[in-house]
Amino acid sequence: MLSVRNLSITFAMYEAGLRRRAITPIAGLDLDVRAGELLGVIGASGSGKSLLAHAVLGILPSNASAAGQIWFKGELLTPARQEALRGKEIALIPQSVGFLDPLMRVGRQVRRAAQLSGASSPVEAQRRIFERYGLRPQDARLYPFQLSGGMARRVLVSTAAVGQASLIIADEPTPGLHPEVVAETLRHMRELADEGRAVLLITHDVGAALTVADRIAVFYAGTTVEVAPVADFQGDGAALRHPYTRALWRALPQNEFISLPGAQPTPDDLPAGCLFAPRCPLATAECRAARPELRPVRGGWARCIHVES
Amino acid sequence: MLKAEQISFRYTHNGPWILRDVSLAIEAGEVVGLSAPSGRGKTTLGKILAGYLPPLTGRVSLNGAPLPKSGYCPVQLIFQHPELAINPRWRMKRVLEEAFVPSAELLRDLGIEAGWLNRWPHELSGGELQRFAVARALGPATRYVIADEMTTMLDANTQAHIWQVVLDHVRRRKLGLLVVSHDAALLGRLCTQIISLPHL
Ligand code: SF4
Repeated sequence: MLSVRNLSITFAMYEAGLRRRAITPIAGLDLDVRAGELLGVIGASGSGKSLLAHAVLGILPSNASAAGQIWFKGELLTPARQEALRGKEIALIPQSVGFLDPLMRVGRQVRRAAQLSGASSPVEAQRRIFERYGLRPQDARLYPFQLSGGMARRVLVSTAAVGQASLIIADEPTPGLHPEVVAETLRHMRELADEGRAVLLITHDVGAALTVADRIAVFYAGTTVEVAPVADFQGDGAALRHPYTRALWRALPQNEFISLPGAQPTPDDLPAGCLFAPRCPLATAECRAARPELRPVRGGWARCIHVES
Repeated sequence: MLKAEQISFRYTHNGPWILRDVSLAIEAGEVVGLSAPSGRGKTTLGKILAGYLPPLTGRVSLNGAPLPKSGYCPVQLIFQHPELAINPRWRMKRVLEEAFVPSAELLRDLGIEAGWLNRWPHELSGGELQRFAVARALGPATRYVIADEMTTMLDANTQAHIWQVVLDHVRRRKLGLLVVSHDAALLGRLCTQIISLPHL
């Protein structure tokens, strides 16, 4: 459904005195998601997770330029095609109601999304999607600020699911919510995949992603370091491929709760070789010489020269 | 001992009760977990314990005396969203040193890099900002820390790191710690005792 190949994103920044500086927060980002599959995209803040969503939707800010390839349904995704598909074939579930129009009743916003995606009767489509997500007919008359946390989630999912989008991108859809709302939102993500859509679930929360995803893509400093089936996240993490993924897994409170020293490098100060080398317990001189390629390893992918295939 | 006795609270005169007759006590050196079905009561209780909000009825006491009304509060509260607790128009150095100058050792332990001090809050990530919030809360006059969903928005690695630092201070300085979280695994890992607020 969606393939991202060697994506990089560069921002032109103007500093005081109009000196121009370029930073590249994403370099070497790869992933695939198939119809009917839920791919969890995890990483710390600054790993490039949200930029990926914006790049696929074609809504990067104007001072950003992207290189690499994004394929959607077997065809290259050009800016013109992105604009034509956005909201129809490719839909976003944003982080917060801040992405909705604050001055428009939510029912109307969902009907507008239905219309954009080509529904023959937007009114009927909105009525049905509200029913599906347990929203009452009268909730359609509310404004975004009047929604509780749980209702806001359901409305945001409704705007993406009301149409026929075959790719749904959820960007951090469970920010600091009550556990019941988190569980419900995750269940909705899973259902969308089970209907045959491709779902990208972007989150900082490994535990949440593991409960519903089929595979997990792990981002670090703007690059994909591993893609793994969820079943590999178990026990001491021996089935995982990349040292960073293993560190994230071990850091969970239900596992060892130990952290890895150091910090993710910033885009203006990237190391020459493997981006993880400054923190990697297995790093050698060879690691510091060149960026490792992402390569197939045991039914997944890893960007590490010392992992045996 | 930090003690809350028979605390009740609601935001408006006729509004719903957020807290009703809640009592709890935390000893110096103790790590207590707080879980509850709804989020609002927990956050309100945290604010009352740290003196941000006065309870409608009941009282909060620290070693038998009321909390000080001015100056650095010995009960420090750390929120889920650090950006809401930080003045967006100050550079991070000023934010950090608002009440006291944290030691170089504390900054190093928290992984706060020298370069971050000259940045504006919006130039840092949530995880970086939360490290500043923790540094500010671990002042020499701090006796108790209330951590309200402190690491909910952070990745697992940053979460484990920040807790290591906080727990280390709790042990060395015999601080009392209240961990407010919905994450049962986290509470189980950190706390010697877990209390839950009843449904209202
Ligand atoms: S390439 Fe080397 S430094 Fe990078 S993750 Fe693998 S072992 Fe570690």
